[in-house]
Amino acid sequence: MFMKPTVEEQTVHGSLHPMVPQPWCVRRLRWETEDTFTFELTSENGLTKFCFLPGQFNMLYVFGIGEVPISISGAPAKAGSLVHTVRAVGAATRALGSLKRGAHLGVRGPFGSSWPVEEATGKDVVIVAGGIGLAPLRPVIYEVLAKRQRFGRVCLLYGTRTPDDILYIKELEKWRERGDLQILVTVDRAGQNWTGNVGVVTTLLAKAQFDPDNTVAMVCGPEVMMRFTIRELQSRGMGVNDIYISMERNMKCAVGFCGHCQYGPTFICKDGPIFRYDRIQHLFAIREI
Amino acid sequence: METLQRILADHPFARGLSDKHLELLTGCASNVRFEAGQEVFREGEEANEFYLIREGKMSVELFAPERGSVNILTLGEGDVLGWSWLVPPYRWRFDARAIEPTRAIALDGKCLREKAERDSELGYELLKRMAHIMEERLHATRLQLLNVYEAHS
Repeated sequence: MFMKPTVEEQTVHGSLHPMVPQPWCVRRLRWETEDTFTFELTSENGLTKFCFLPGQFNMLYVFGIGEVPISISGAPAKAGSLVHTVRAVGAATRALGSLKRGAHLGVRGPFGSSWPVEEATGKDVVIVAGGIGLAPLRPVIYEVLAKRQRFGRVCLLYGTRTPDDILYIKELEKWRERGDLQILVTVDRAGQNWTGNVGVVTTLLAKAQFDPDNTVAMVCGPEVMMRFTIRELQSRGMGVNDIYISMERNMKCAVGFCGHCQYGPTFICKDGPIFRYDRIQHLFAIREI
Repeated sequence: METLQRILADHPFARGLSDKHLELLTGCASNVRFEAGQEVFREGEEANEFYLIREGKMSVELFAPERGSVNILTLGEGDVLGWSWLVPPYRWRFDARAIEPTRAIALDGKCLREKAERDSELGYELLKRMAHIMEERLHATRLQLLNVYEAHS
């Protein structure tokens, strides 16, 4: 007879069957920009802590609409809630954005590889984010700031479309006020009222303070942006072994069964989404995949 | 007190130039300062100078009817503003404005063009450096044109 695992069993042995969504409930939802929102979920089955690593993602299921892979954007150490930032671009993500407080949805996860926060101990950290790519990197920033003394110089370089598209604007301000984190933000275009930077995110690298021989770089954004960022990091003297990127493909099962997200010999959902660049460098130039 | 030649030598644009060429450049250079909001040049005006930014922030803007001035590029410490002084008809193609109080070295383009005509080595050095900046800006503009952050469903 099938016995439903207790909450304790789930916590001890990890999640339930990876293909079975667990019920979670929307606690709050806040629009960050015109098309991007952040929402916080609480577990419906009594889980008090959801363990994940920075960079991992969940499959979020809007009942009757569909399931989408979304990176976790909250703090790994924060108990009792799960935070995601979503850009409303398709049926499922738009439906997620219309959920009200108290609404239910299914969650499978966490899945995938993580950013190398531990490996960056004792080194400078360069975080390069483009657009919604800041969301999967936010847990890294939380982790690094929580253990700030373990790292060298830390810089966050963030590029997006316009000043209205900047995510986590208050948090960026708060982090900037700390004084122990170099934060450079740029937009692709802006009106005259914008006194910040205008230009592509790669131009910020020239202003970033880090030692290329002792740095870990974590890059997340559109693939083109990552390609140019990698070139720029290399021209600053960084080696391919110290550059990590987050890849994106059409993920369905999230456990490497269905093959939708196959990327050469790897599956983005299982082997990624975070890869050390030297491990997929040979695939990066193959346009067909 | 720091001499203008020393300041010039420290700027990334002039780094690695021979003393002879640095001296030639210094002969065409002056220190300038712009207040926040001050116009540096305007589209269509004669382009007789370019600027090596030492401190502060400047914007390159394009005026579009109904949209006003659109900020298309921000430049800061270590950057170079302006290359229209090098290419006929020597007219600015864009507007430029200081966003913050900005200190820069202004280089007289006419003066440099004359010196470069007489000294082809200097001319080649200047062209190499300006070509590098142009290539970087073109590259960045192409990336901007891709609108990589546009939403795709």
